[in-house]
Amino acid sequence: MTATPEGAAAPERRATRRLAEPDLPHFDIGDLDAPTREALSSLLLTMADDEFVLGFWDSEWTGIAPMLEEDVAFSSLAQDEIGHARLLYEMLAQLRGGNADELAFGRHADEYHHCHLLDHPRTDWAFSVARRWLYDTADAVRLDALRYSSFAPLAQVVEKIRREETYHLMHMDVWMRRLAQGGEPHDRLEKALATLWPDALSMFASVPDEGRLIDEGILASTMSDLAERQYEQLSAVLVNLGLSVPGRRPSSEDGRDRAQASDSFRWLWGEFTMVHRLEEGASW
Amino acid sequence: MSGLRALDPVSGARAPSVMPLEQAVWAALEDVHDPEIPAISVVDLGVVHRVQVAPGRVRVELLPTFVGCPAVDLMRSAVEERLDGFAPDVEAVISFAEPWTSERITPEGHKRLRESGFGPPAPAGDDERLLPVLPVAPCPYCGSLDTTIENAFGPTLCRAIYHCSACRQPFEQFKTV
Repeated sequence: MTATPEGAAAPERRATRRLAEPDLPHFDIGDLDAPTREALSSLLLTMADDEFVLGFWDSEWTGIAPMLEEDVAFSSLAQDEIGHARLLYEMLAQLRGGNADELAFGRHADEYHHCHLLDHPRTDWAFSVARRWLYDTADAVRLDALRYSSFAPLAQVVEKIRREETYHLMHMDVWMRRLAQGGEPHDRLEKALATLWPDALSMFASVPDEGRLIDEGILASTMSDLAERQYEQLSAVLVNLGLSVPGRRPSSEDGRDRAQASDSFRWLWGEFTMVHRLEEGASW
Repeated sequence: MSGLRALDPVSGARAPSVMPLEQAVWAALEDVHDPEIPAISVVDLGVVHRVQVAPGRVRVELLPTFVGCPAVDLMRSAVEERLDGFAPDVEAVISFAEPWTSERITPEGHKRLRESGFGPPAPAGDDERLLPVLPVAPCPYCGSLDTTIENAFGPTLCRAIYHCSACRQPFEQFKTV
Protein backbone atom coordinates (compact mmCIF):
# COMPACT_ATOMS: atom_id res chain seq x y z
CA MET A 1 0.00 0.00 0.00
CA THR A 2 1.29 3.46 -0.78
CA ALA A 3 0.86 6.07 1.91
CA THR A 4 -1.79 8.72 1.38
CA PRO A 5 -0.29 12.22 1.55
CA GLU A 6 -1.33 13.98 4.70
CA GLY A 7 -4.69 15.68 4.38
CA ALA A 8 -5.51 14.11 1.02
CA ALA A 9 -8.73 12.17 0.83
CA ALA A 10 -8.52 8.52 -0.13
CA PRO A 11 -9.47 8.12 -3.78
CA GLU A 12 -13.05 7.09 -4.34
CA ARG A 13 -13.43 3.60 -5.70
CA ARG A 14 -17.09 3.58 -6.65
CA ALA A 15 -16.42 3.00 -10.35
CA THR A 16 -15.23 -0.55 -9.68
CA ARG A 17 -18.39 -1.40 -7.79
CA ARG A 18 -20.28 -2.15 -10.97
CA LEU A 19 -17.78 -4.27 -12.81
CA ALA A 20 -18.52 -7.49 -11.01
CA GLU A 21 -22.26 -7.25 -11.62
CA PRO A 22 -23.89 -9.27 -14.38
CA ASP A 23 -24.98 -7.68 -17.63
CA LEU A 24 -27.82 -10.03 -18.34
CA PRO A 25 -31.17 -8.80 -17.00
CA HIS A 26 -32.92 -11.12 -14.58
CA PHE A 27 -35.45 -13.38 -16.31
CA ASP A 28 -38.25 -15.64 -15.16
CA ILE A 29 -37.49 -19.35 -15.49
CA GLY A 30 -40.81 -20.38 -13.97
CA ASP A 31 -42.20 -21.55 -17.32
CA LEU A 32 -39.48 -24.11 -17.92
CA ASP A 33 -39.86 -27.54 -16.38
CA ALA A 34 -36.78 -29.21 -14.91
CA PRO A 35 -35.91 -31.49 -17.89
CA THR A 36 -36.25 -28.61 -20.36
CA ARG A 37 -34.09 -26.42 -18.15
CA GLU A 38 -31.50 -29.19 -18.09
CA ALA A 39 -31.51 -29.62 -21.89
CA LEU A 40 -31.32 -25.87 -22.41
CA SER A 41 -28.42 -25.67 -19.97
CA SER A 42 -26.51 -28.30 -21.95
CA LEU A 43 -27.02 -26.34 -25.16
CA LEU A 44 -25.99 -23.03 -23.58
CA LEU A 45 -22.88 -24.57 -22.06
CA THR A 46 -21.68 -25.79 -25.46
CA MET A 47 -22.31 -22.37 -27.02
CA ALA A 48 -20.67 -20.46 -24.18
CA ASP A 49 -17.62 -22.73 -24.14
CA ASP A 50 -17.24 -22.42 -27.93
CA GLU A 51 -17.28 -18.63 -27.85
CA PHE A 52 -15.05 -18.45 -24.79
CA VAL A 53 -12.36 -20.78 -26.11
CA LEU A 54 -12.39 -19.21 -29.58
CA GLY A 55 -12.05 -15.76 -27.98
CA PHE A 56 -8.93 -16.86 -26.12
CA TRP A 57 -7.40 -18.41 -29.25
CA ASP A 58 -8.05 -15.08 -31.02
CA SER A 59 -6.38 -13.18 -28.21
CA GLU A 60 -3.23 -15.23 -28.76
CA TRP A 61 -2.63 -13.01 -31.83
CA THR A 62 -2.67 -9.81 -29.80
CA GLY A 63 0.73 -8.21 -30.28
CA ILE A 64 2.04 -10.69 -32.85
CA ALA A 65 -0.46 -10.69 -35.75
CA PRO A 66 1.14 -10.35 -39.21
CA MET A 67 0.07 -6.70 -39.46
CA LEU A 68 -1.09 -4.02 -37.10
CA GLU A 69 -4.65 -3.97 -38.53
CA GLU A 70 -5.01 -7.67 -37.79
CA ASP A 71 -3.62 -7.21 -34.33
CA VAL A 72 -6.49 -4.80 -33.70
CA ALA A 73 -9.02 -6.96 -35.55
CA PHE A 74 -8.22 -10.17 -33.70
CA SER A 75 -8.20 -8.36 -30.37
CA SER A 76 -11.67 -7.00 -31.20
CA LEU A 77 -12.85 -10.43 -32.27
CA ALA A 78 -11.60 -11.82 -28.96
CA GLN A 79 -13.38 -9.08 -27.04
CA ASP A 80 -16.64 -9.78 -28.90
CA GLU A 81 -16.50 -13.53 -28.34
CA ILE A 82 -15.64 -13.31 -24.67
CA GLY A 83 -18.46 -10.76 -24.29
CA HIS A 84 -20.88 -13.26 -25.87
CA ALA A 85 -19.58 -16.04 -23.65
CA ARG A 86 -20.07 -13.85 -20.58
CA LEU A 87 -23.77 -13.35 -21.40
CA LEU A 88 -24.29 -17.05 -22.05
CA TYR A 89 -22.54 -18.04 -18.81
CA GLU A 90 -24.71 -15.51 -16.96
CA MET A 91 -27.80 -17.06 -18.52
CA LEU A 92 -26.60 -20.50 -17.40
CA ALA A 93 -25.94 -19.22 -13.91
CA GLN A 94 -29.53 -17.97 -13.70
CA LEU A 95 -30.86 -21.30 -14.98
CA ARG A 96 -28.84 -23.62 -12.80
CA GLY A 97 -27.46 -21.48 -9.99
CA GLY A 98 -23.80 -20.69 -9.48
CA ASN A 99 -22.03 -17.76 -11.03
CA ALA A 100 -20.64 -16.90 -14.43
CA ASP A 101 -17.03 -16.45 -13.28
CA GLU A 102 -16.94 -19.88 -11.70
CA LEU A 103 -18.34 -21.44 -14.87
CA ALA A 104 -15.82 -19.60 -17.01
CA PHE A 105 -12.68 -19.98 -14.93
CA GLY A 106 -13.41 -22.43 -12.13
CA ARG A 107 -13.62 -25.69 -14.05
CA HIS A 108 -10.91 -28.26 -14.58
CA ALA A 109 -9.49 -28.32 -18.13
CA ASP A 110 -11.22 -31.67 -18.78
CA GLU A 111 -14.65 -30.19 -18.04
CA TYR A 112 -15.06 -27.83 -21.01
CA HIS A 113 -17.44 -28.74 -23.83
CA HIS A 114 -16.09 -26.71 -26.75
CA CYS A 115 -16.17 -28.42 -30.14
CA HIS A 116 -13.12 -30.25 -31.52
CA LEU A 117 -12.51 -27.49 -34.04
CA LEU A 118 -11.22 -25.46 -31.10
CA ASP A 119 -8.87 -28.16 -29.82
CA HIS A 120 -6.16 -27.29 -32.35
CA PRO A 121 -3.35 -24.90 -31.43
CA ARG A 122 -3.16 -21.42 -32.98
CA THR A 123 -0.56 -22.56 -35.58
CA ASP A 124 0.05 -20.08 -38.45
CA TRP A 125 -2.05 -17.22 -39.83
CA ALA A 126 -3.65 -19.30 -42.60
CA PHE A 127 -4.63 -21.88 -40.00
CA SER A 128 -6.27 -19.29 -37.75
CA VAL A 129 -8.12 -17.79 -40.71
CA ALA A 130 -9.30 -21.22 -41.87
CA ARG A 131 -10.42 -22.22 -38.39
CA ARG A 132 -12.22 -18.95 -37.80
CA TRP A 133 -13.95 -19.11 -41.15
CA LEU A 134 -15.12 -22.69 -40.47
CA TYR A 135 -16.32 -21.53 -37.06
CA ASP A 136 -18.07 -18.34 -38.20
CA THR A 137 -19.94 -20.00 -41.06
CA ALA A 138 -21.11 -22.79 -38.71
CA ASP A 139 -22.00 -20.34 -35.96
CA ALA A 140 -24.20 -18.37 -38.39
CA VAL A 141 -26.15 -21.57 -39.06
CA ARG A 142 -26.51 -22.28 -35.34
CA LEU A 143 -27.59 -18.73 -34.50
CA ASP A 144 -30.19 -18.87 -37.28
CA ALA A 145 -31.74 -21.89 -35.56
CA LEU A 146 -32.07 -19.95 -32.31
CA ARG A 147 -33.20 -16.59 -33.62
CA TYR A 148 -36.88 -17.26 -33.12
CA SER A 149 -36.42 -19.37 -30.00
CA SER A 150 -39.48 -19.64 -27.75
CA PHE A 151 -37.14 -18.94 -24.84
CA ALA A 152 -37.22 -15.15 -25.13
CA PRO A 153 -34.05 -14.27 -23.19
CA LEU A 154 -32.06 -16.48 -25.59
CA ALA A 155 -33.79 -15.15 -28.73
CA GLN A 156 -33.00 -11.59 -27.64
CA VAL A 157 -29.34 -12.26 -26.95
CA VAL A 158 -28.97 -14.23 -30.21
CA GLU A 159 -30.50 -11.36 -32.17
CA LYS A 160 -27.84 -9.07 -30.75
CA ILE A 161 -24.95 -11.52 -31.21
CA ARG A 162 -25.88 -12.26 -34.85
CA ARG A 163 -25.35 -8.66 -35.81
CA GLU A 164 -21.82 -8.69 -34.44
CA GLU A 165 -20.97 -12.07 -35.91
CA THR A 166 -21.85 -10.76 -39.36
CA TYR A 167 -18.73 -8.59 -39.19
CA HIS A 168 -16.60 -11.54 -38.14
CA LEU A 169 -17.88 -13.55 -41.05
CA MET A 170 -17.25 -10.71 -43.46
CA HIS A 171 -13.71 -10.25 -42.20
CA MET A 172 -12.90 -13.93 -42.50
CA ASP A 173 -14.48 -14.10 -45.94
CA VAL A 174 -12.14 -11.36 -47.14
CA TRP A 175 -9.12 -13.22 -45.72
CA MET A 176 -10.18 -16.54 -47.23
CA ARG A 177 -10.46 -14.87 -50.66
CA ARG A 178 -7.11 -13.15 -50.20
CA LEU A 179 -5.24 -16.30 -49.16
CA ALA A 180 -6.97 -18.56 -51.70
CA GLN A 181 -5.61 -16.56 -54.64
CA GLY A 182 -2.45 -18.61 -55.07
CA GLY A 183 1.15 -19.25 -54.14
CA GLU A 184 2.29 -20.01 -50.62
CA PRO A 185 -0.83 -18.55 -48.93
CA HIS A 186 -3.02 -20.87 -51.00
CA ASP A 187 -0.90 -23.89 -50.09
CA ARG A 188 -0.90 -23.03 -46.42
CA LEU A 189 -4.65 -22.52 -46.49
CA GLU A 190 -5.22 -25.90 -48.12
CA LYS A 191 -2.95 -27.56 -45.60
CA ALA A 192 -4.83 -25.92 -42.73
CA LEU A 193 -8.21 -26.92 -44.16
CA ALA A 194 -7.02 -30.52 -44.56
CA THR A 195 -5.98 -30.64 -40.89
CA LEU A 196 -9.21 -29.03 -39.69
CA TRP A 197 -11.58 -30.84 -42.03
CA PRO A 198 -12.38 -33.85 -39.79
CA ASP A 199 -13.60 -31.33 -37.17
CA ALA A 200 -15.36 -28.95 -39.58
CA LEU A 201 -18.83 -29.98 -38.40
CA SER A 202 -17.95 -30.69 -34.77
CA MET A 203 -20.03 -27.72 -33.56
CA PHE A 204 -23.13 -29.73 -34.48
CA ALA A 205 -22.68 -32.67 -32.13
CA SER A 206 -26.15 -33.41 -30.81
CA VAL A 207 -27.07 -31.99 -27.42
CA PRO A 208 -28.50 -34.30 -24.72
CA ASP A 209 -32.31 -34.37 -24.90
CA GLU A 210 -32.26 -32.23 -28.04
CA GLY A 211 -35.74 -33.46 -29.07
CA ARG A 212 -37.21 -31.70 -26.06
CA LEU A 213 -35.67 -28.39 -27.12
CA ILE A 214 -37.21 -28.79 -30.56
CA ASP A 215 -40.63 -29.78 -29.17
CA GLU A 216 -40.57 -26.72 -26.93
CA GLY A 217 -39.65 -24.43 -29.82
CA ILE A 218 -36.35 -23.45 -28.19
CA LEU A 219 -34.23 -24.81 -31.05
CA ALA A 220 -35.54 -24.81 -34.65
CA SER A 221 -33.75 -27.86 -36.14
CA THR A 222 -31.81 -30.89 -35.00
CA MET A 223 -28.05 -30.48 -34.84
CA SER A 224 -27.66 -33.12 -37.54
CA ASP A 225 -29.89 -31.08 -39.90
CA LEU A 226 -27.79 -28.02 -39.15
CA ALA A 227 -24.63 -30.04 -39.87
CA GLU A 228 -26.06 -31.02 -43.25
CA ARG A 229 -26.87 -27.41 -44.09
CA GLN A 230 -23.37 -26.32 -43.13
CA TYR A 231 -21.73 -29.12 -45.12
CA GLU A 232 -23.57 -28.17 -48.32
CA GLN A 233 -22.70 -24.52 -47.85
CA LEU A 234 -19.02 -25.23 -47.09
CA SER A 235 -18.51 -27.47 -50.08
CA ALA A 236 -20.07 -24.91 -52.42
CA VAL A 237 -17.98 -22.01 -51.11
CA LEU A 238 -14.70 -23.98 -51.17
CA VAL A 239 -15.22 -24.87 -54.82
CA ASN A 240 -16.11 -21.25 -55.53
CA LEU A 241 -12.83 -20.12 -53.94
CA GLY A 242 -10.81 -22.55 -56.02
CA LEU A 243 -9.96 -24.68 -53.00
CA SER A 244 -10.27 -28.42 -52.88
CA VAL A 245 -12.79 -30.05 -50.60
CA PRO A 246 -10.33 -31.85 -48.32
CA GLY A 247 -12.13 -35.16 -47.93
CA ARG A 248 -15.32 -37.04 -47.24
CA ARG A 249 -18.17 -35.48 -45.30
CA PRO A 250 -16.92 -35.20 -41.72
CA SER A 251 -18.97 -36.58 -38.87
CA SER A 252 -20.56 -34.24 -36.34
CA GLU A 253 -21.79 -36.82 -33.85
CA ASP A 254 -18.71 -37.07 -31.64
CA GLY A 255 -17.82 -33.40 -32.08
CA ARG A 256 -17.57 -32.68 -28.37
CA ASP A 257 -16.67 -36.11 -26.98
CA ARG A 258 -13.32 -36.37 -25.28
CA ALA A 259 -11.92 -38.40 -22.45
CA GLN A 260 -9.68 -35.54 -21.46
CA ALA A 261 -8.57 -32.14 -22.68
CA SER A 262 -6.27 -31.96 -25.69
CA ASP A 263 -2.70 -30.82 -25.01
CA SER A 264 -3.17 -27.53 -26.82
CA PHE A 265 -6.37 -26.74 -24.93
CA ARG A 266 -4.73 -27.65 -21.66
CA TRP A 267 -2.04 -25.07 -22.44
CA LEU A 268 -4.64 -22.40 -23.34
CA TRP A 269 -6.63 -23.20 -20.19
CA GLY A 270 -3.47 -22.69 -18.16
CA GLU A 271 -3.15 -19.23 -19.69
CA PHE A 272 -6.72 -18.03 -19.27
CA THR A 273 -7.24 -19.40 -15.77
CA MET A 274 -3.88 -18.17 -14.48
CA VAL A 275 -5.17 -15.14 -12.57
CA HIS A 276 -8.14 -17.07 -11.21
CA ARG A 277 -5.87 -19.84 -9.95
CA LEU A 278 -3.31 -17.44 -8.47
CA GLU A 279 -5.85 -15.56 -6.43
CA GLU A 280 -9.33 -16.90 -6.10
CA GLY A 281 -12.03 -14.23 -6.08
CA ALA A 282 -9.67 -11.61 -7.49
CA SER A 283 -11.48 -8.67 -9.10
CA TRP A 284 -10.19 -5.81 -11.18
CA MET B 1 -47.80 12.29 -9.35
CA SER B 2 -44.25 13.08 -8.42
CA GLY B 3 -42.39 15.71 -10.34
CA LEU B 4 -39.62 18.26 -10.29
CA ARG B 5 -40.53 21.89 -10.04
CA ALA B 6 -39.11 24.02 -12.80
CA LEU B 7 -39.54 27.66 -13.66
CA ASP B 8 -41.92 28.26 -16.51
CA PRO B 9 -39.78 30.00 -19.13
CA VAL B 10 -42.73 32.13 -20.33
CA SER B 11 -44.49 33.22 -17.19
CA GLY B 12 -41.49 33.07 -14.86
CA ALA B 13 -41.53 32.30 -11.19
CA ARG B 14 -45.04 33.50 -10.51
CA ALA B 15 -46.59 30.42 -12.06
CA PRO B 16 -44.15 27.53 -11.72
CA SER B 17 -45.04 24.59 -13.88
CA VAL B 18 -44.30 21.04 -12.93
CA MET B 19 -41.92 19.25 -15.22
CA PRO B 20 -42.95 15.62 -15.13
CA LEU B 21 -40.22 13.49 -13.58
CA GLU B 22 -39.89 11.28 -16.63
CA GLN B 23 -39.26 14.30 -18.85
CA ALA B 24 -36.71 15.62 -16.35
CA VAL B 25 -34.92 12.27 -16.42
CA TRP B 26 -34.72 12.30 -20.23
CA ALA B 27 -33.39 15.85 -20.11
CA ALA B 28 -30.75 14.88 -17.54
CA LEU B 29 -29.69 11.89 -19.62
CA GLU B 30 -28.66 14.36 -22.34
CA ASP B 31 -25.77 15.24 -20.00
CA VAL B 32 -24.47 11.68 -19.88
CA HIS B 33 -21.99 11.06 -22.67
CA ASP B 34 -20.50 8.01 -24.26
CA PRO B 35 -17.13 7.59 -22.48
CA GLU B 36 -15.52 6.46 -25.74
CA ILE B 37 -17.04 9.24 -27.88
CA PRO B 38 -17.68 12.17 -25.54
CA ALA B 39 -19.28 14.21 -28.37
CA ILE B 40 -22.48 12.20 -28.20
CA SER B 41 -24.96 11.70 -25.37
CA VAL B 42 -26.43 8.34 -24.45
CA VAL B 43 -29.79 9.65 -25.67
CA ASP B 44 -28.47 10.60 -29.12
CA LEU B 45 -26.55 7.34 -29.31
CA GLY B 46 -29.88 5.55 -28.87
CA VAL B 47 -28.76 3.38 -25.98
CA VAL B 48 -31.59 4.46 -23.67
CA HIS B 49 -34.25 1.82 -24.20
CA ARG B 50 -36.77 3.28 -21.77
CA VAL B 51 -37.23 5.30 -18.62
CA GLN B 52 -39.65 4.06 -16.01
CA VAL B 53 -40.86 6.32 -13.24
CA ALA B 54 -42.81 5.20 -10.17
CA PRO B 55 -43.27 6.86 -6.80
CA GLY B 56 -39.84 6.96 -5.17
CA ARG B 57 -38.24 5.15 -8.07
CA VAL B 58 -36.51 5.80 -11.39
CA ARG B 59 -35.36 2.95 -13.60
CA VAL B 60 -33.42 3.40 -16.84
CA GLU B 61 -32.86 0.53 -19.25
CA LEU B 62 -29.81 0.71 -21.51
CA LEU B 63 -29.16 -1.25 -24.70
CA PRO B 64 -25.47 -2.10 -25.20
CA THR B 65 -24.14 -1.12 -28.63
CA PHE B 66 -21.97 -4.24 -28.63
CA VAL B 67 -22.26 -7.13 -26.18
CA GLY B 68 -18.60 -6.97 -25.16
CA CYS B 69 -18.53 -3.16 -24.94
CA PRO B 70 -16.48 -2.20 -21.86
CA ALA B 71 -18.09 1.27 -21.82
CA VAL B 72 -21.48 -0.16 -20.86
CA ASP B 73 -20.58 -0.48 -17.19
CA LEU B 74 -19.27 3.08 -17.17
CA MET B 75 -22.43 4.39 -18.84
CA ARG B 76 -24.55 2.54 -16.32
CA SER B 77 -22.77 4.12 -13.36
CA ALA B 78 -22.66 7.55 -15.06
CA VAL B 79 -26.44 7.41 -15.54
CA GLU B 80 -26.98 6.47 -11.89
CA GLU B 81 -24.65 9.23 -10.78
CA ARG B 82 -26.38 11.86 -12.92
CA LEU B 83 -29.82 10.81 -11.67
CA ASP B 84 -28.74 10.71 -8.04
CA GLY B 85 -31.38 12.59 -6.05
CA PHE B 86 -34.14 12.33 -8.65
CA ALA B 87 -35.74 9.62 -6.51
CA PRO B 88 -34.70 7.64 -3.44
CA ASP B 89 -34.27 4.59 -5.63
CA VAL B 90 -32.39 5.15 -8.90
CA GLU B 91 -31.34 2.20 -10.99
CA ALA B 92 -29.76 1.78 -14.43
CA VAL B 93 -29.84 -1.71 -15.93
CA ILE B 94 -28.85 -3.43 -19.17
CA SER B 95 -31.59 -4.72 -21.44
CA PHE B 96 -31.66 -6.92 -24.52
CA ALA B 97 -35.40 -6.43 -25.03
CA GLU B 98 -34.53 -5.17 -28.49
CA PRO B 99 -31.14 -5.11 -30.18
CA TRP B 100 -29.36 -1.77 -30.33
CA THR B 101 -28.94 -0.95 -34.00
CA SER B 102 -27.12 1.92 -35.63
CA GLU B 103 -30.55 3.13 -36.82
CA ARG B 104 -31.16 4.22 -33.23
CA ILE B 105 -28.63 7.06 -33.45
CA THR B 106 -30.68 10.27 -33.70
CA PRO B 107 -30.25 12.92 -36.44
CA GLU B 108 -28.65 15.13 -33.78
CA GLY B 109 -26.32 12.21 -33.01
CA HIS B 110 -25.34 11.95 -36.68
CA LYS B 111 -24.54 15.66 -36.68
CA ARG B 112 -22.44 15.37 -33.52
CA LEU B 113 -20.51 12.41 -34.91
CA ARG B 114 -19.73 14.22 -38.17
CA GLU B 115 -18.61 17.30 -36.26
CA SER B 116 -16.15 15.17 -34.30
CA GLY B 117 -14.72 13.53 -37.42
CA PHE B 118 -16.58 10.22 -37.18
CA GLY B 119 -18.56 8.88 -40.08
CA PRO B 120 -22.11 8.22 -38.90
CA PRO B 121 -23.44 4.75 -39.73
CA ALA B 122 -24.88 4.23 -43.18
CA PRO B 123 -28.53 3.13 -43.36
CA ALA B 124 -28.87 -0.64 -42.99
CA GLY B 125 -29.88 -2.63 -46.04
CA ASP B 126 -32.88 -4.88 -45.66
CA ASP B 127 -31.45 -7.91 -47.43
CA GLU B 128 -30.01 -10.69 -45.36
CA ARG B 129 -27.21 -12.07 -47.47
CA LEU B 130 -24.80 -14.40 -45.74
CA LEU B 131 -21.91 -12.11 -46.61
CA PRO B 132 -23.24 -8.57 -46.70
CA VAL B 133 -21.45 -5.87 -48.63
CA LEU B 134 -20.37 -2.93 -46.51
CA PRO B 135 -22.37 0.19 -47.22
CA VAL B 136 -20.64 3.18 -48.81
CA ALA B 137 -19.30 5.52 -46.14
CA PRO B 138 -19.13 9.21 -47.01
CA CYS B 139 -16.08 11.04 -45.65
CA PRO B 140 -17.07 13.14 -42.61
CA TYR B 141 -14.48 15.81 -43.57
CA CYS B 142 -15.09 16.43 -47.29
CA GLY B 143 -18.23 14.42 -48.01
CA SER B 144 -16.57 12.39 -50.78
CA LEU B 145 -17.93 8.93 -51.50
CA ASP B 146 -14.52 7.86 -52.77
CA THR B 147 -13.63 6.00 -49.58
CA THR B 148 -12.35 2.50 -48.87
CA ILE B 149 -12.48 0.37 -45.78
CA GLU B 150 -9.10 -0.24 -44.16
CA ASN B 151 -10.24 -2.41 -41.31
CA ALA B 152 -13.69 -3.56 -40.18
CA PHE B 153 -12.28 -3.47 -36.65
CA GLY B 154 -11.30 -0.07 -35.29
CA PRO B 155 -10.25 1.29 -31.91
CA THR B 156 -13.55 0.29 -30.34
CA LEU B 157 -15.95 -2.55 -31.17
CA CYS B 158 -18.47 -0.18 -32.77
CA ARG B 159 -16.11 1.58 -35.19
CA ALA B 160 -14.41 0.63 -38.47
CA ILE B 161 -11.47 2.43 -40.09
CA TYR B 162 -11.85 3.99 -43.55
CA HIS B 163 -9.63 6.06 -45.80
CA CYS B 164 -10.85 8.93 -47.96
CA SER B 165 -9.11 9.01 -51.34
CA ALA B 166 -10.33 12.56 -52.04
CA CYS B 167 -8.92 14.35 -49.00
CA ARG B 168 -6.47 11.58 -48.07
CA GLN B 169 -7.70 11.45 -44.56
CA PRO B 170 -8.32 8.32 -42.54
CA PHE B 171 -11.53 8.38 -40.52
CA GLU B 172 -13.54 6.19 -38.24
CA GLN B 173 -16.95 5.01 -39.31
CA PHE B 174 -19.65 3.92 -36.92
CA LYS B 175 -20.54 0.38 -37.96
CA THR B 176 -23.95 -0.32 -39.37
CA VAL B 177 -25.43 -3.09 -37.23
